[in-house]
Amino acid sequence: MGRQILLEHINVPGINTFDVYRKHGGYASVEKALKTMTPDEVTEEVKKSGLRGRGGAGFPAGMKWSFLDRKSEKPRYLVCNADESEPGTFKDRYLMEKIPHVLIEGMITSSYALGAKTSYIYVRGEYMYIIRILEQAIEEAYAKGFLGKNILGTDYSLDLYVQPGGGAYICGEETALLESLEGKRGNPRLKPPFPAVAGLYASPTVVNNVETIATVCAIVNMGGDEYAKIGIGKSTGTKLISASGHINKPGVYEIELGLPVEEFIYSDQYCGGIWKGRKMKAVVAGGSSVPILPTELILKTAKGEPRLMSYESLSDGGFVSGTMLGSGGFIVMDETACIVRNLWTFTRFYHHESCGQCSPCREGTGWMEKVLHRLEHGHGHEGDIDLLVDVAKKIEGNTICPLGDAAAWPVASAIRHFREEFEYHVRYPEKVKN
Amino acid sequence: MLTGEEILEIEKAIHVVPHRQAACIEALKIVQSRRRWISDDSLKDIASFLEMSPAELDSVATFYNLIFRKPVGRHIILVCDSITCWVMGYEKLHAYLQSKLGIRYGETTGDDRFTMLPNPCLGTCDCAPALMIDHDLYRNVTPEQLDEILDRYV
Ligand SMILES: NC(=O)C1=CN([C@@H]2O[C@H](COP(=O)(O)OP(=O)(O)OC[C@H]3O[C@@H](n4cnc5c(N)ncnc54)[C@H](O)[C@@H]3O)[C@@H](O)[C@H]2O)C=CC1
Ligand SMILES: Cc1cc2nc3c(=O)[nH]c(=O)nc-3n(C[C@H](O)[C@H](O)[C@H](O)COP(=O)(O)O)c2cc1C
Ligand code: SF4
Ligand code: FES
Repeated sequence: MGRQILLEHINVPGINTFDVYRKHGGYASVEKALKTMTPDEVTEEVKKSGLRGRGGAGFPAGMKWSFLDRKSEKPRYLVCNADESEPGTFKDRYLMEKIPHVLIEGMITSSYALGAKTSYIYVRGEYMYIIRILEQAIEEAYAKGFLGKNILGTDYSLDLYVQPGGGAYICGEETALLESLEGKRGNPRLKPPFPAVAGLYASPTVVNNVETIATVCAIVNMGGDEYAKIGIGKSTGTKLISASGHINKPGVYEIELGLPVEEFIYSDQYCGGIWKGRKMKAVVAGGSSVPILPTELILKTAKGEPRLMSYESLSDGGFVSGTMLGSGGFIVMDETACIVRNLWTFTRFYHHESCGQCSPCREGTGWMEKVLHRLEHGHGHEGDIDLLVDVAKKIEGNTICPLGDAAAWPVASAIRHFREEFEYHVRYPEKVKN
Repeated sequence: MLTGEEILEIEKAIHVVPHRQAACIEALKIVQSRRRWISDDSLKDIASFLEMSPAELDSVATFYNLIFRKPVGRHIILVCDSITCWVMGYEKLHAYLQSKLGIRYGETTGDDRFTMLPNPCLGTCDCAPALMIDHDLYRNVTPEQLDEILDRYV
């Protein structure tokens, strides 16, 4: 197993409690930052670490922090995005369930760096049990003087609240999340302005993913330069991967970025190979919104180089032969999986979750769902496949938020790589009718 | 009319946010947890308590999957119908529930016991297929286990 930073103590009994967590080095970053560093020095370490946002877009965290409007008179906020609803992604839930204090610690250290006096963790409404775990951890941190007035006797004070969502996938998009926090419908806002300039209540706000914030603890403890030595190129550090589907050992794995995909899938340390001795057919490497790749392209790039688990390597070849690391939701399908049916399920989901603001997304997802439904149920026509490609193209790049793209990419890539399966559905309707 | 207890809880939610309106999703949930769903009358009462118009609050209420503006059963079954659960055979679970309870998505059993809804990924895909009943999460569910699981909810 490679270097374990976030999950190092995951199997220690009682690590979910303050005392055990503290005994294993917990809250050291709060002490170090508040007592020996200025807020800007903390931001500087995060910049040096090269840490990229773990929510999916991979935007450099230190850069985002430095964009925070520090001249504004308004209060500044840190908001943790714990909405995690990207199908195939469950690493944030895992982390919050097993080691809630690493998130609380990261929130305190990061809020200090950003000068936030009030911070929120926005958790999806379905995660009620996680909300209870976090609330208890926060209560412990208050009782031990790590939250509230004058933390550890310094003049820094912070209040931290958990806010449950109402059940809407789109509220994971950061501006929709902010709308929801303000008590509105979760309609994404146009960017720019980015939240760093005008976020929660139009105040300067940083929104970061759970894993991003949790990683700040290790960066402050070991120093940004040290952290940057882990990983490969611009993909520094470790990443939590949620592995699921037709593999022998589904679960959350912390990998050092740069690990070969082949090793991740077949090694006993990780996924342990394909179940039931079957062959692998396809992989969705970064949560349901990234392009799907067939076996030959997930293991090797179009140039024939081994594909690595890193931002750059996974996207090598663009959308013609590559995909994205995204949120790290790694879903493996064996040879028995039907790509058309799978895609129909996908598209139904995006159609349902579209907020409806942009017509290409609202209408396009509905249209794609209808066409896929008839293909899957044996009523498809000759022109349906090209129609799908066409609709996907019309959505892509023409919407306020990337949900539209997220719905279009899987369709375009599935047809690109598995066209013959779609043709089969048109030609042999009696075989697929159900 | 909101009950004293409801008002007390909503006040607590208002306390941690800068404007009354920001607590509206929480307020809807608080009332729903006691009355199962949000009727037009409940909606009006909450809106006036938060100094919002009912139309404004309704547009929020109808946006979120977990706020119910129609009557629902005593227990809510959320069936994950996302990618991994589908890959791992969720359709068998759904078919079993549909035939055993005699309801489709969005419907409620005649005895008001269950309402069944599809739900995007429940964040436990390593133990797919999964479903949730009220706030209880069930992982690696097989149709054979369903009878026993359902019996826990009366
Ligand atoms: N984890 C999950 O459950 C899910 C994750 N996703 C991921 O979300 C990604 C898309 O997210 P977006 O936030 O729309 O991407 P984005 O590229 O617009 O932004 C990424 C982050 O960088 C910040 N940023 C970018 N440019 C900036 C600038 N000039 N100044 C200040 N801040 C700046 C944004 O505010 C945001 O926080 C997708 O790539 C997908 O992988 C999508 C669905 C679910
Ligand atoms: C439709 C949609 C859903 C998203 N859902 C999530 C999510 O559940 N969790 C998350 O951290 N980011 C999600 N994002 C990305 C956020 O908008 C944002 O980029 C992220 O929270 C920033 O944090 P990071 O820089 O630490 O990754 C989503 C984006 C889109 C377009
Ligand atoms: S792309 Fe879709 S989800 Fe995003 S703002 Fe437009 S309609 Fe809403
Ligand atoms: S796909 Fe069902 S729990 Fe994730």
